[in-house]
Amino acid sequence: MTRIEKRFAQLKAAGRKAFIPYITAGDPTLDLTRDLILALDGAGADVIELGVPFSDPIADGPVIQRATERALHNRVRLRDVLRVGAEIRRQSEIPLLLFSYYNPILHYGLEKLARDAVDSGFDGVLATDLTVEESADFIRIMRAAGLNTVFLAAPTSSPERIRKITAACTGFVYAVSRTGVTGERNELSATLRGFLQLLRRHTDSPIAVGFGISRPEHVKAVWEEADGAVVGSAIVREIEQNSGRADLVDRVAAFTKWLRGEA
Amino acid sequence: MKGHFGVYGGQYVPETLMHPLEELEAAYVDAQNDPDFHARLDYLLRNYSGRPTPLYHAARLTENWKAGKIYLKREDLNHTGAHKSNNCLGQGLLAQRMGKKRVIAETGAGQHGVATATVSALLGLECEIYMGEEDIRRQELNVFRMKLLGARVTPVASGSKTLKDAINESMRDWVTNVRTTYYMLGSVLGPHPYPLMVRDFQSVIGLEVRAQIVEKEGRLPDVLVACVGGGSNAMGLFHTFVPEAAIRMIGVEAGGRGPKLGDHAARFAGGEPGVLHGTFSYILQDEDGQVVPTHSVSAGLDYPAVGPEHATLHDSGRVEYTSINDDEALEAFNELSRLEGIIPALESAHAVAQTKKLRLGADQLVVINLSGRGDKDVNEVARLMGKL
Repeated sequence: MTRIEKRFAQLKAAGRKAFIPYITAGDPTLDLTRDLILALDGAGADVIELGVPFSDPIADGPVIQRATERALHNRVRLRDVLRVGAEIRRQSEIPLLLFSYYNPILHYGLEKLARDAVDSGFDGVLATDLTVEESADFIRIMRAAGLNTVFLAAPTSSPERIRKITAACTGFVYAVSRTGVTGERNELSATLRGFLQLLRRHTDSPIAVGFGISRPEHVKAVWEEADGAVVGSAIVREIEQNSGRADLVDRVAAFTKWLRGEA
Repeated sequence: MKGHFGVYGGQYVPETLMHPLEELEAAYVDAQNDPDFHARLDYLLRNYSGRPTPLYHAARLTENWKAGKIYLKREDLNHTGAHKSNNCLGQGLLAQRMGKKRVIAETGAGQHGVATATVSALLGLECEIYMGEEDIRRQELNVFRMKLLGARVTPVASGSKTLKDAINESMRDWVTNVRTTYYMLGSVLGPHPYPLMVRDFQSVIGLEVRAQIVEKEGRLPDVLVACVGGGSNAMGLFHTFVPEAAIRMIGVEAGGRGPKLGDHAARFAGGEPGVLHGTFSYILQDEDGQVVPTHSVSAGLDYPAVGPEHATLHDSGRVEYTSINDDEALEAFNELSRLEGIIPALESAHAVAQTKKLRLGADQLVVINLSGRGDKDVNEVARLMGKL
């Protein structure tokens, strides 16, 4: 059982829902990424999605694009992201999901990545632009190493695709709340409930909802319909706006508590 | 698995795009089986774009270069000045058939943007073109042309501000407006079915050459030469000849300023297999799998990935891939202008330059795909020659 699976089981037993922040590794620095993850853990995060910067982030909106450019400017590489995981593991058991575009993973080598990710304390891998059709090797190799494989399900996915996607997911299923790139929105999609019901008919795995979740009322609304809420751009923006401040980490922790409805 | 050329190709996209890709594939298969679709496309290719384009025996080039008997396939004489309209007319009719009211496209030099804007005007479709800020600066005239044709040109300021970033932004638009929008990809790139579909729409080039050369020479050619950016003009010429094992085929990449990573766009010389923009093919990347910037004097060849069918033709050895540097391309640009009175696109000048280097006998028939005309490049060449 991975830390991700354990955490979702514990939450379920307690009748609670997961809060899942995404941050881009190396924004603003790798040391601060480590400190931010520890602070997010302290502020009630249940799983961390740690983003690997990639030169061509086609699925991301402007906020995460800018974070990516800053991280690449700092020459952050996949091996550096793995090292952050190892540093976290000395101090925390927070579940870690490696979040990447496929090319950096493929170039690193699937076998080597699986081994190094486990050694660095990661619990699962998600590749944004890897479709289930192309993922046979990826799934086999990651699972053999003991890692969860998480895939995205979209509101445009057909029932046939939903069946394939949910079957390919372990740990949890990542439901994309709406069409489009990552980024904050004022309202949640009106069709989200029907989409989640369709997903629920195909899987017993936990379902986490992401894309556009940026306010406490969004988190609350998602928690009513699903098992977890993913917040990316809103937190990355908070990091961007407070970058350079001595109290960056505290501010992001406070922001996280606010999103969770605790502040 | 579908949409593969050997191990290359496939569909590597955010899940939201899988449904529209499936929809596109179904619509394309349906159109392929509909004689009315072919009749309409054929009508437009003939009467709107001016096909068939001539196969011209370049006698003075042949005489001066002693590099085989040289024929030029005059794709530069197509409406909008390049082979791009073959694909845009096909995809435009498909978009219309699918009931899409809005078309988006990326462009580098502006040729595909102009062809997309043209076809959108013809078919009454709303059109938005994404173009890197750097390319907008370099290709002012094409930007104005697209605007004249009623398209909106949206500058892309992210990344290297060139073609690859324009594709990133087009994919972001498509993923957001997926239900209403048709993405008119301009080359044999991207996720399935684009590499297959664009190749099919361009294969009219090779089919015409086959008939024309037989009519003129009574036999098939010995050598085919085409430049390769994404690779659509080359696939268009090569496709019908791939089974003819005796025909030598040469794809010419941009050698740029030299062999250092970042100074060229020769994917087969300096690249490795990887995933970019939805497909698995050769890409120029660093040791961490980050895509690297490219350079070429020709904006249309200045791109870090190559179409996946080329990757498999490369690995099998069926097609030879070489590169021509900026200086050689400029020299060929000048020579063709003076010897034949044809100003070629800088992209096509790479294929012309490669032909000069081939040691071919006088009896060997060589066909160069003259994929576009050089009007768009005149300012840039004048600047490079110090004449402006």
